[in-house]
Amino acid sequence: MNRLAYLIPLGLFAFIAGLGGYMLTQAKNDTIPSQMIAKPLPEFDLPAATEGVEGVKQADFLDGEPKLLNLWASWCAPCIAEAPQLEALKEAGAPIYGIAMRDAPEDVAAFLANHGNPYRAIGHDDISAIQFELGSSGLPETFVIDGKGVIRYQHIGVIREEHVPNLLELLEQAK
Amino acid sequence: MRIWLLAALALISTPLTAQSSGPPAPYANVQLEDPALEAEATALMHTLRCLTCQSQSIADSDAPIAGDMRHQVRVRLKDGQSPEQVRSWLVERYGDYVSYTPQVGSATWPLFAVPAVVIVLVLFALWRRLKGRKLRQEAQS
Repeated sequence: MNRLAYLIPLGLFAFIAGLGGYMLTQAKNDTIPSQMIAKPLPEFDLPAATEGVEGVKQADFLDGEPKLLNLWASWCAPCIAEAPQLEALKEAGAPIYGIAMRDAPEDVAAFLANHGNPYRAIGHDDISAIQFELGSSGLPETFVIDGKGVIRYQHIGVIREEHVPNLLELLEQAK
Repeated sequence: MRIWLLAALALISTPLTAQSSGPPAPYANVQLEDPALEAEATALMHTLRCLTCQSQSIADSDAPIAGDMRHQVRVRLKDGQSPEQVRSWLVERYGDYVSYTPQVGSATWPLFAVPAVVIVLVLFALWRRLKGRKLRQEAQS
């Protein structure tokens, strides 16, 4: 019995080493989920990102209609990949509000000219303050906001074709 | 010759895909006027994780979002918030992950409890051993 006790540290070592080895084979998850789900949108009022569009403010989300809030930027390459899906969402009737992060008005205008404008309004945030308020850590990210301005869902990364039905469903549920 | 020309061109060219445009936030790379407050801000920044470059603190990172986070830290301290208030403001939004200094919570209490338990166990074993030795010495004499 006492002899076997000497095997305990070895066993512990083997367990920890094995655990480490196992974790190395697992895909790394880099996303940081927002803790703001089911909490109300913070107070904000952002100016228009470019000429000919409206700015975005918290009050826009309090009119009873669920909406998508899309964080993006003209300098964000994955946001280009996302543009056709936002267009599809818009055509399916989803109201999309955008916020361009750290962007210049002429760059936003060029992006919209090249990739279309699926947005009802586009605000501009040059210090990423709205990202921190929403618990968002990258671009693009899309939030489902219900009619009372409560955050219901966070989609991290590019919206691909297969995500579109899910987002429409979530908008329906948020009514 | 040609390689020097290329090197010179590389120096003056701007990257094709810039990370982001626009100047950094006002307090991203500017110290606070009050040195004591700036020291508090710097200490806090070293314990907050950069969101896009997750193995660096926001004090170490050149990422634009780290600059924006430094701006938030400095502005909030300037507004009279305590460093722990700023930390919990971020933890409320991103979870414990954003902080390098673990807080006692439902998931983290073993971190603090296990060392204490180990010390108690070691002291107990030591006490029993010393007592055993003393008894044997008494038995011999």
